[in-house]
Amino acid sequence: MKRILTIALAALAPLMALVATPATAQRTDINVGMVLEPPNLDPTSGAAAAIREVTYANIFEGLTRFGPDGSVNPGLAHAWDISDDGLTYTFHLREGVIFHDGSPMTAADVVFTLDRARGEDSTNAQPQLFAAIETVEALDELTVQVTLNRQQGSFLFNMAWGDAVILSPESAADNATNPVGTGPFRFTRWVQGDRVEMERNPDYWGEAPALERVTFRFIQDPSAAFAAMMAGDIDAFPNFPAPETLAQFEADPRFAVIVGSTEGNTILSMNHENEALADVRVRQAIAHAINRQDIIDGAMFGYGTPIGTHFAPHNPDYLDLTDLTPHDPERARELLAEAGHEGLSLRLALPPPGYARRGGEIVAAQLREVGIRTEITNVEWAQWLEQVFRGGDYDLTIVSHTEPMDIGIYARPDYYFRYDDADFQGLIAELDVTSDPAERTALLHAAQRHIAENFVVGFMFQLPKTGVANAEIEGLWENAPVPANDMTAVRWTN
Amino acid sequence: MLRYALSRLLSLSLSLVVASLVIFFVIEVIPGDPASYMLGMNARPETVAALSRELGLDQPIFTRYLAWVGGMLTGDFGTSYTYRVPVGDLIAARLGVSLPLTVYALLLTIVIAFPVGLIAAATRGSALDAGIMGGTQLGIAVPNFWFAMLLVLFFAITLQWFSAGGFPGWDRGFWINIKALTLPAVALALPQASILARVMRSAVIETLGQDYIRTARAKGLTSRQAVVGHALRNALIPVLTIIGLQFSFLLAGAIIIENVFFLPGLGRLIFQAITQRDLIVVESVVMLLVFAVIMVTFLVDLAYAAVDPRLRRRA
Repeated sequence: MKRILTIALAALAPLMALVATPATAQRTDINVGMVLEPPNLDPTSGAAAAIREVTYANIFEGLTRFGPDGSVNPGLAHAWDISDDGLTYTFHLREGVIFHDGSPMTAADVVFTLDRARGEDSTNAQPQLFAAIETVEALDELTVQVTLNRQQGSFLFNMAWGDAVILSPESAADNATNPVGTGPFRFTRWVQGDRVEMERNPDYWGEAPALERVTFRFIQDPSAAFAAMMAGDIDAFPNFPAPETLAQFEADPRFAVIVGSTEGNTILSMNHENEALADVRVRQAIAHAINRQDIIDGAMFGYGTPIGTHFAPHNPDYLDLTDLTPHDPERARELLAEAGHEGLSLRLALPPPGYARRGGEIVAAQLREVGIRTEITNVEWAQWLEQVFRGGDYDLTIVSHTEPMDIGIYARPDYYFRYDDADFQGLIAELDVTSDPAERTALLHAAQRHIAENFVVGFMFQLPKTGVANAEIEGLWENAPVPANDMTAVRWTN
Repeated sequence: MLRYALSRLLSLSLSLVVASLVIFFVIEVIPGDPASYMLGMNARPETVAALSRELGLDQPIFTRYLAWVGGMLTGDFGTSYTYRVPVGDLIAARLGVSLPLTVYALLLTIVIAFPVGLIAAATRGSALDAGIMGGTQLGIAVPNFWFAMLLVLFFAITLQWFSAGGFPGWDRGFWINIKALTLPAVALALPQASILARVMRSAVIETLGQDYIRTARAKGLTSRQAVVGHALRNALIPVLTIIGLQFSFLLAGAIIIENVFFLPGLGRLIFQAITQRDLIVVESVVMLLVFAVIMVTFLVDLAYAAVDPRLRRRA
């Protein structure tokens, strides 16, 4: 009902929206729309993507930082040396970096941050990023030496995450409500339930951003988001919640539609503890029963890239394995018959996002076509985390795994797939201690192929990033290699 | 009057105790652990346990219930799990939106409904009355969120007189916030005004048929004098009941309108807190709403007694 109304609203708007916005002087403020409000503003404590979408690269910075293309670039460390054995990283920090509270950023702050993140009572949501760190030492004011207990090819990548941003010991405890970082913008206020405001940091060490004020506003309802864009209350909505109206924004010269990719591998997860799903033939049958393009068209309004394994298509090491499991209901029925699982009935748990709820209905219909009955349960995130993810009490579920480079989850036998495969675990263990790029590529290819050929889960599509912005704004990230709304390079063009 | 008020007070305290038990235990059995939700998919079990301890979730459920009720009695609602700020502050900030919105919508409701209802009653059976009855029927039938969207489409997108939503905050001045609340208040008020106008009309018509009105007319009062001086006061009892219900409904039930206009009110707070398993916020806000509804009922009961002296004597 709500969706129909959104469409109706979308259909009526151009008829009524003939009044042009008057030309004004170049603006230096921006209102950015987000669907979910961050629960707090400390990216080192809490898993919500919304925390990073507000603070990453704007308020907080790490030793390294992600660029718009997902590359790892220098951040607060302008350079680093890696010892020949790959175990010692020496970071050279930038000079003249000042926290928003006026205190200088030094090697001691880096030591504090990394020790805090891996400490006993750390509430960091990504402990695996710091798991390889043995010691962190300040060699002088601006030099930090990190020693690892094993080689880790992804260490610099790990240090670019929002969970690894550098904090000051004086302000770390209050960052949840009053974040103090080193970034180009400093926090000014948070009207809970409505918006977070920040202003340009005059003491920023790098190039000053063009924007003077940035306001993130939180609008959950798709119709409201549409209206807010149309009325000009919101200037940019990087993850726009009403994809059905994107065509209309595309046709309107006042707006630009920005479609990019994310790290979200959207999969039909399977529980290998289920007796039927433990049979590789049943899993293969499900893989053949799924029609990826129909799901993308039906659930994502055509936005999204089919995937055949757990890897981001924009990554240079990606292998396109979609041909391994073409849509083939006939083959699926044969495999099910062979496995003796005709008349199979499975539970399908669907978390709240549209890709899961809408996609789930389509998947259920496609499975019904090959003779698998599904019992759909809609669950909230908290319930999904407890029952499906931690409890393993499910058969099938649909979820987008948004962490970058997370193929290693298939090597964790206690992970909610309950997939225990010594060969694959060996591959990932080897990958973890390999830093030679060519060898890493070979191993990553082998890993992608392994899970695809074992049909570990149903690989569906890469989650797109579909955004809308005022056509006069430039510098927004097109892709989302990590959850972030980096405002450093954003400016108005007129 | 005093005994009447005391007996009402006693029964409402009992209602509050029962409500607190139901709210707390029903919400606590919902599946989904707040600490795991906050830490997401990659957290270690020790980290989740540490956060649970920090939030006090490792205490037995009865201990937590007593701590919650005890805290509320002393005005301390506890600390929000997700926002990590006192729940009292959160509620106060949200009431700063919800309460003005409710009062604004209710004032609009009364300002529209009273004259419309009186005119319809006074011109009973005429074309004007039929028109009013048809109009109010439509007002009740139209879903308020749909009406809200039409308002946004016309006044925000086309004319650009108003923002499509949002709330600037009281520190930005008075009128700018009244302006921000205008479209939501109108959207909320239209169906309520339609209901109230119809109640008003039938209540006035009923009293107009009473003997004392005939007596009043017989002693020489004009129709208008009879309505305003005698019928209105007696028609007010059912109207007051409805206004009381409408106040509670508007305060607790504006959640959809708050979503359409992305207003940071109480409804959105509950909605968000439920999905984030910020149980203490859900419990406290629901409790507060129950308290508000019970208080409004109590005040309406007292208002009955003020309007109708017979109630005072009976109690």
